[in-house]
Amino acid sequence: MGKRSVVPFGPQHPVLPEPIHLDLVIEDEKIIEAIPSIGFVHRGLESLVDKKNYKEMMYIVERTCGICSFMHGMAYCEAVEDVMDVEVPDRGKYLRTIWSELSRMHSHLLWLGLLADGFGFESLFYQCWRLRESVLDVLELTTGGRCIFSVNKIGGVLKDLDDDMIKAILEAVSKVEVELEAIKKTFLFDYSVESRLKGVGVLTKQQAHDLGCAGPFARGSGLKLDMRLRGYDAYKDLDFEPIVSEDGDGYARCYVRTMEIFQSIDLIRQAISKLPKGDIAVDVKGNPNGEAFVRVEQPRGEAVYYVKGNGTLFLDRMRVRTPTFANLPGLVETLKGAQFADVPLLILAIDPCISCTER
Amino acid sequence: MAKVKRSPWLLHYDGSSCNGCDIEVLACLTPVYDAERFGIQNTGDPMQADILLITGGINAQNQAVVKQLYDQMPRPKVVVAVGVCACTGGVFKDTYNILGGADTTVPVDIYVPGCAARPQAIIDGIVKAVDLFQQHMDNHEEFLKNPDEYMKKNHPEVDFKKGE
Ligand code: SF4
Repeated sequence: MGKRSVVPFGPQHPVLPEPIHLDLVIEDEKIIEAIPSIGFVHRGLESLVDKKNYKEMMYIVERTCGICSFMHGMAYCEAVEDVMDVEVPDRGKYLRTIWSELSRMHSHLLWLGLLADGFGFESLFYQCWRLRESVLDVLELTTGGRCIFSVNKIGGVLKDLDDDMIKAILEAVSKVEVELEAIKKTFLFDYSVESRLKGVGVLTKQQAHDLGCAGPFARGSGLKLDMRLRGYDAYKDLDFEPIVSEDGDGYARCYVRTMEIFQSIDLIRQAISKLPKGDIAVDVKGNPNGEAFVRVEQPRGEAVYYVKGNGTLFLDRMRVRTPTFANLPGLVETLKGAQFADVPLLILAIDPCISCTER
Repeated sequence: MAKVKRSPWLLHYDGSSCNGCDIEVLACLTPVYDAERFGIQNTGDPMQADILLITGGINAQNQAVVKQLYDQMPRPKVVVAVGVCACTGGVFKDTYNILGGADTTVPVDIYVPGCAARPQAIIDGIVKAVDLFQQHMDNHEEFLKNPDEYMKKNHPEVDFKKGE
């Protein structure tokens, strides 16, 4: 048995764009235990409900995380709409779905890139990010912003899509589909990539369930967990089946996310073909009174929003449970017994979003 | 840009940002925007970095980290604050945990506005930083050639005597 030592990992680390700190207890090259400590990105944005009224909170909530910003805003709006008994017009719901899926595409492409960087495949990283820009371009065209675009409002959405925009979206997703087909071959069938991912950081179905994992991380371990099945927004009219892989290793997670991009493309096409005509938003009067829980599927998994209003402009309480928070116990579990060199890869495998987690 | 003779290293630290600016900075380094064509190179090592790029505000926990990164960098150094969070604290200014922008902890030379800051703006900030870095280097060289003259010319208020 080798000597035990503790190696600090982070908060500033080349492969991680975001600060996370782990104390790794290692024996030779093997990790015995990983102790995460967080707080580097804590802003305390839930406390802003005292200072910003419930409509302004929309903009704060969107800034929980810059990657799934749209879905944070959407979940918050849906929670407040739930409290206020507002029914969003169908077209508004479909637009929300389209933008959600575009966000998922850009988030997964970003992750694939970071993963490639994590195992040292620089050109693959650049390919993914180049492709991601085509998604960002249509987001910018349709909403005016690249990553934070504030098009939600309580009662619907702020912007409508015209025919040119719809054409641009369809063109962009087709382009991504064709090019991703080529990139997919490297991610899923390349010998050296497989050797880095297969059998690394295995989490069994039972473990994933017991530790309460969410999103692609859980689906990679064989759990069929997808909040979109709940049928919020337009998902009830769309035809899809969550992508699940049984292996529970790094390769399975990579597979799930890659295939989910194709699934998003399919969902966008379906939503556009069924896009109803009509209003995109309704006027909202009065203040929220009561409480609501809303669960949505973000790129990283299930996010839970809780709001409690008291009939005034200011909410009593707002609470966010983000997917990375649910996935941290799973991460700590996969790190146990892993090789030291695999640590960055394993951390990346859960697609950590620290700024959501710490809010 | 014309006078730039060196290729500075760039160190990126994410304070308490929402990730928006963070991924835009990363997007700047990838092929579509490719900030590396201006001669900078991204590094993860503060000991060799010349330009520190900070996104996000400062809170109690990361203040020490930012301070340490800045101190570890060799002189001359240039600090760029990207996004309104790093400039002033941004939308989170009123929360209990945010002390303010990056300038509460380290001296900031260049402020890049935006929420999220656009890649074009970030590149502009980086180019300015590269220029400023070169200027610092030039000043340093001039100083080494003739310290007396340099101080007389640039800092007449300082009573500079050789050997002190
Ligand atoms: S400036 Fe805006 S986008 Fe940038 S980190 Fe702050 S909140 Fe996020």
